[in-house]
Amino acid sequence: MRLKATLVGALAAMLMAGTAQAETLRLLTWGGYAPEEVIRLFEEKYPDINVEVTLSNNEEMIAKLRATGGAGYDLAQPSHDRIYAAQYEYNIYKPLDLSKIDLSNVEPKLLAGVKENTTIEGQVYAVPHQWGTSGLMTDITKAPDIKSWGDLCDPKYKGKTSMRLRRTILLGTAFAMGEDPFSAYSDLAKYQQILDKVADKLIACKDNIKAYWKGGDDLSAMMLSGEIVASETWDSTAFKLYSQNPNIRFVPPETGALAWIDTFAMPRKAQADAAAYKWINFVLQPDIVKLMSASTGAMASIKGAQELLPADKQEAVKAAFTAEDIDNLKFFANIPPGVEDMEGKTLEKIQAATSN
Amino acid sequence: MRSQRDIRRLSLFLLLAPFALWIVLLVALPQLGMLFLSLREKIAPRVYEYGFANYVSFAGEPIYWNTLLRTATMSLLVTALALVIGFPVAYYIAKIAGRRSRGALFLLILIPLWVSDLIRAFGWILLLRETGVVSSLLQWSGLVSGGIEFLYTDATVVVGLVYTVILFMIVPLVSTLDGMDEAMIEAGYNLGGNGFTVLRRIIIPYAMPGIVSGCIVTFMLTAGSYLTPILLGGKNSSWFTAQIYDQFITRYNWEAGATFGVLLLAFTSVVVWIGLKLSGQSLSTTVARS
Amino acid sequence: MTETASYDLQCLGVSKNYGAVRAVRDVSFDIPNGSFFSILGPSGCGKTTLMRMIAGFEEPSAGDIRIKDRSVLNTPPNRRNVKMVFQHLALFPMMNVYENIAYGLRCNRMSKAEIERRVSDVLARIELPDVADREIHQLSGGQKQRIAIARCMVLDPDVLLLDEPLGALDLKLREAMKIELKLLQHQFNTTFIYITHDQSEALVMSDYVAIMNAGRFEQIGTPQELYHKPKTAFVAGFVGDANRWPCRVVEAFGTTLRVETEIGLPLTGVACGRNPPMQAGAHGELFVRPEFIRAERVRTDGSPERAGPLNVIPGIIDSQLFNGAKSRVLVRGPQGMRIEADVTLTGGEEDLRPGEKVELSWPAEQTRCFAAAGSATGADPGAEPA
Repeated sequence: MRLKATLVGALAAMLMAGTAQAETLRLLTWGGYAPEEVIRLFEEKYPDINVEVTLSNNEEMIAKLRATGGAGYDLAQPSHDRIYAAQYEYNIYKPLDLSKIDLSNVEPKLLAGVKENTTIEGQVYAVPHQWGTSGLMTDITKAPDIKSWGDLCDPKYKGKTSMRLRRTILLGTAFAMGEDPFSAYSDLAKYQQILDKVADKLIACKDNIKAYWKGGDDLSAMMLSGEIVASETWDSTAFKLYSQNPNIRFVPPETGALAWIDTFAMPRKAQADAAAYKWINFVLQPDIVKLMSASTGAMASIKGAQELLPADKQEAVKAAFTAEDIDNLKFFANIPPGVEDMEGKTLEKIQAATSN
Repeated sequence: MRSQRDIRRLSLFLLLAPFALWIVLLVALPQLGMLFLSLREKIAPRVYEYGFANYVSFAGEPIYWNTLLRTATMSLLVTALALVIGFPVAYYIAKIAGRRSRGALFLLILIPLWVSDLIRAFGWILLLRETGVVSSLLQWSGLVSGGIEFLYTDATVVVGLVYTVILFMIVPLVSTLDGMDEAMIEAGYNLGGNGFTVLRRIIIPYAMPGIVSGCIVTFMLTAGSYLTPILLGGKNSSWFTAQIYDQFITRYNWEAGATFGVLLLAFTSVVVWIGLKLSGQSLSTTVARS
Repeated sequence: MTETASYDLQCLGVSKNYGAVRAVRDVSFDIPNGSFFSILGPSGCGKTTLMRMIAGFEEPSAGDIRIKDRSVLNTPPNRRNVKMVFQHLALFPMMNVYENIAYGLRCNRMSKAEIERRVSDVLARIELPDVADREIHQLSGGQKQRIAIARCMVLDPDVLLLDEPLGALDLKLREAMKIELKLLQHQFNTTFIYITHDQSEALVMSDYVAIMNAGRFEQIGTPQELYHKPKTAFVAGFVGDANRWPCRVVEAFGTTLRVETEIGLPLTGVACGRNPPMQAGAHGELFVRPEFIRAERVRTDGSPERAGPLNVIPGIIDSQLFNGAKSRVLVRGPQGMRIEADVTLTGGEEDLRPGEKVELSWPAEQTRCFAAAGSATGADPGAEPA
């Protein structure tokens, strides 16, 4: 009995110690989404708030929140397509109070899109922060005619192309084959058929691939060294490489670059809601957006965001996108439950298939 | 008398308590949790049932058990190579090198351990990539005309893994061989054995506890490794731990991930058990001794 | 080829140098078939090196080693029919007794049945017929010893080398094993070469003993020869106990010498050693064994008649070292000179006691005088176990 009392006391003391301090804002976000400079400015403005950053990615964010039932963090930044199903299945977020967010400056189209994707039972769970695309990257001196996702499988570039073996390439390849995978989300049998076709195509394409890249670093190294001449890529990676070698360009595929929007969402057991809203409003201010975009390489979801990009990035974006390309963007659709499993199996099948 | 024994028992209990807590909280409980999770089947969002469905689906999907078998085979290969390469090194350190150079040699072998797995893997990437050091040297020396890609093959994975785990083979071998009286080897020759007989009938049997414990550690480490096979592996190479990660993280399928985890543990344990049976050793004579 | 193969082992001018260190210098000896031969010397004298050369673990720098009249210099250790019992026995702990003994037979690719027969045969001969299935750690010290010998003897070697195998045993067991070893040697009728620094082991067991010092053989002979007719000062000092005094030769009549010790005490002795007879004025060293010195109470009725030339000096008993029949007294002679003499203590009235005045006497022929040059080395005889 005494042991129990002691343990309870110790635990209580630890909890008290955790809450008694100045308020802490625990961010769960992507690398580059909380630059030192921005944190410094924020903490200057709100001296009683202390910002803690945990870097992660979509999958790990959800896994972490799922493990704790939505505790441990006060603000998360999953992509817009990763909220609905995750919330539905694991109940890890809580609805936002939009009245506490200054949305006047937010690009209406993106806001509407995110709201539409993340409204559950009339409540909105996310607002947009930054957005970007996945598409192709090519060295225009070596592979000038890369236009479509399918061109990565062009035998002309055998052993000189790369891709990341994740869902983006499945969707891109489906579009390139004339399918519309997003609309097939409502009919999973149909979607499975599409995936099977895509798998066959990508297995046949394996010969052409030098290696599947795993992260921005190895992709950059292969591209800069000339070991590959074209690859599936994130636009931000391509823009970064553009500043080192202007021949490396981001190419939105004919069927449209796949666009994602990273959002703000609040974990269900967040403890610093007020501070979280302060952070959201703070980083959506244009002068902070400038700092943020310089760090992330992605565009903020506010009006006139392109002008707030650093000069070299603006140039890279201009070299990549035309107005039609922007209109042609395909925003990732909400992933319904079960799709991740289907896609995962397809990816495993491709990985396990043998090639030379 | 009685109370004294009680006191002794109590103090033993108190001494062992932290260790027992550690074992229970950090080893046993998570494993039980995994086992429990693996028996849960997701049939719809937020709807679960208990049963062996996850195991059935593992058995029904050749990709999974092929990957497991592949991982096990390659791990055995890595273990065998680590033994073949590590044994002479350990023998040299324990029996041939002088007292002073022994420390230095040991240190040399330890140095790679000061660097993280990730950095070591990147080291190999820098060396072996098409535009890397080895390929460039070969081109420079005129031996080959174009760049050669050494990365992204199973062979690279094996080399990288051997490099990563060989230390864990050498250390127990050195400590076992160190305790071997040189006279035993001389006696082996004196009684008419040639070099091969002495190695096979005296040195290896003597070092068997070290060999087996080194092999167990090496095999377990290899089968459970994640970074090296992922970073050095090619587009065809899948590693079982990567599949566990995928199930847990990218597919949100904790149930399948837990199943795979339990299966990996069970499978590697069975391999180790077979190894112990074949070598006529037991856990207490090997791992405990070295 | 010599016409007879009567020597199991011959060493001809064998030397071994490690850089500038000359561990073994020009050692030559022959060992007749079936004898028990000991090499006795202080630690570091080169005896282990010599034995390792015979076994083939070291290459001699010069000289030849012949076994059964054939040079083995180019024969690797595993092909020499010389087996060795190591200092710590080096039994294989991962094999049981049977496997240990069978190891050498297996190396010779003998059939399974034959191995079985020979192993049980040798186990019977060492009187341990039931231990075949025992593990090594289950054996007692003496049993291990016998197994180590059996492991070699089962191979029927020409020569068996034993490297101080009794060193690790306690005193009682060591005494018992001395006898047992001698018996085993008799039984197998094989040449044993026994390396030791313990003179009692060497003297008790051996047919022949070689005394080794600083890489050289000082003398080879039977134990009796070494004890009673030492040829060098080292042997005289190393084998058995001796009183030892530096001296100067006053007069020489052939081998009979009149000498004077450091303190001017006149004595009579005999010249020993290989050197040319000592001349007057030469420096030397005297050795007198305690058992030849008679210690008697000084009588008032005058000394009794004695036969032959005798050395006689007075002294006072300092102390008594009781050891039964082999007891000894320490006597202070003229000018504090210390003399050890053996006495028989019966526990009766006649026994000598400390403080008593005594007269010490010993025959001149037991007063050995060796030339001093280079002869002053060697272990202190008092340090050796009796």
